[in-house]
Amino acid sequence: MTSDHAATSDHAAHDPAEIDKHVRVYITVFVALMALTIITVAVSYLDLSTPIAVTVALFIATVKGALVACYFMHLISEKKVIYAVLALTAVFFIALLALPALTHNNGYWIP
Amino acid sequence: MDIPYTYQVRRDTGLTNGKIGIWLFLASEVMLFGALFASYILIRTGSPSWPRGDTILDVPMATFNTIVLIGSSVTMVMAWASLMRRQFGTFRLYMGATVLLGGVFLVVKYFEYSHHLHLGEYPSTNNFLAVYYTLTGLHMLHVIGGMVVNAYFWGPGAKLYKTNPVWFTNRVEHSGLFWHFVDLVWIFLFPTLYLL
Repeated sequence: MTSDHAATSDHAAHDPAEIDKHVRVYITVFVALMALTIITVAVSYLDLSTPIAVTVALFIATVKGALVACYFMHLISEKKVIYAVLALTAVFFIALLALPALTHNNGYWIP
Repeated sequence: MDIPYTYQVRRDTGLTNGKIGIWLFLASEVMLFGALFASYILIRTGSPSWPRGDTILDVPMATFNTIVLIGSSVTMVMAWASLMRRQFGTFRLYMGATVLLGGVFLVVKYFEYSHHLHLGEYPSTNNFLAVYYTLTGLHMLHVIGGMVVNAYFWGPGAKLYKTNPVWFTNRVEHSGLFWHFVDLVWIFLFPTLYLL
């Protein structure tokens, strides 16, 4: 059993100074997420056309999602196996979201 | 027989089994919510008219809930960081705050649902409300599930810290990954349902 494992946890190599650095990043990300939430709501009050409003809202949501995934979920410094799992998931997810667009003639968001 | 690789990492993957397990579960969750988002797009684009979310739903309430859920993600990650620093008392504070903020989210959601039901706005009323109740309802179930697990680690599950702090820290990290995913889903639900 000892031949194929190391006696550490996923993050045991982190020292206290590194954790302090992480905490500062978490607070910065929190401030950024708050600011982006306010921007999302503020933009919705502008009289934008539907395609532009959708694009802007989804762009901001994607940036917020990326911040959560990269820093809170530590994807910015994750192991290759996790990236492989997520890459495969992304392929299927994109195919899933593309299906309605490929099978519908009305055009995106246009009634 | 002990469960292998709970706190010791495998040399081939560089990870504990629990870490891979939670990510595989989250991958399945991405497909679950992806299917519902795809259905939403199909229903919306196929509909002759579709109301803007803010004409029916309460945007200030949902904005407040967005802030609450993002705040709970921060307290969750701080709970994990506290365990990495071996500060159990601080962990308890942050984990307690995470569960509490989850509760605040549910209370706000209760008022939101009550308001709509009082007005006779049911899932069967129209497609918009059907999509709204389905997506937010499933998300709410995830919030409840995450709260139960987090409350367990705050309370009885914390006994593991005394015997194996590394394993306990890993468990909290895994429940945190689920909680952040729940936050991430809401980040997309909020603009697509309430603002567009």
